[in-house]
Amino acid sequence: MAEIIMAILVVSGGFFCFVAGLGVLRLPDVLMRMHASTKAGTLGSGLILAAVAVYFADTATISRAVATILFLLMTAPVAAHMIGRAAFRSGITLWNTKIEPEAERKLGR
Amino acid sequence: MNIFALNIALAVAWAALTGNFTLSGLAVGFALGFACLYLTRSLFPESGLYFKRIWRWFKLCVLFLYELVVSSLQVVREVLAPQHKARPGVIAMPLDVNREMEVLLVTNLITLTPGTLSLDVTEDCNTLFIHAMFADDPDEIRRQLKTGMERWVIEAME
Repeated sequence: MAEIIMAILVVSGGFFCFVAGLGVLRLPDVLMRMHASTKAGTLGSGLILAAVAVYFADTATISRAVATILFLLMTAPVAAHMIGRAAFRSGITLWNTKIEPEAERKLGR
Repeated sequence: MNIFALNIALAVAWAALTGNFTLSGLAVGFALGFACLYLTRSLFPESGLYFKRIWRWFKLCVLFLYELVVSSLQVVREVLAPQHKARPGVIAMPLDVNREMEVLLVTNLITLTPGTLSLDVTEDCNTLFIHAMFADDPDEIRRQLKTGMERWVIEAME
């Protein structure tokens, strides 16, 4: 039973990581790529860490896996925020993007 | 916070008495202690807020995990689709939260929820700029975030 759960977790985690990587290659502009790398990437790594916790099932591993997942959830969005903000402020060209006038003015594009 | 300390003490007592001083032992003790405190809640007049807050944090975590899965599936669909269907846009959203900790939590959660990525916050923490993948209806996105994530964070932090 544990083996089946583990297999599902590892395969789906790998799939989400693959899609995150593919998204970084395929999506048309930097901000949309951030969507792929943060959301799918975080979920994929979280699922793989959960599989590790299920496989070893001892206190040391579970607490490390939980701590790692928490740090991922805290840091991945901050990194995406910083990269997105830097990209947006430096005025890169965005693909088909409607920018509200207020944002345009405040961010001094 | 007093009740929380009592709950921790009950968890430690449970772990000590069962001789199972591990993470799972403490977790079971905490859950049992919480149930006992809930049953005897009329003895602790100030405990109402504690139960409410624990419930709200629990709700925030569950809803957040659900949204993370939904948003990842949305990304999967967008990445694997042969043609890009996204209609991205940058949206300004006024913030009701004003403490820095709450703003941090809201922006982090928004980044991980479906279709939205927080881009920037003004210096005075009043306005948040969001990049949305499907920005046909900015008002609808603003309304969803207001009644969803932002309200849950306010409830959990108050």
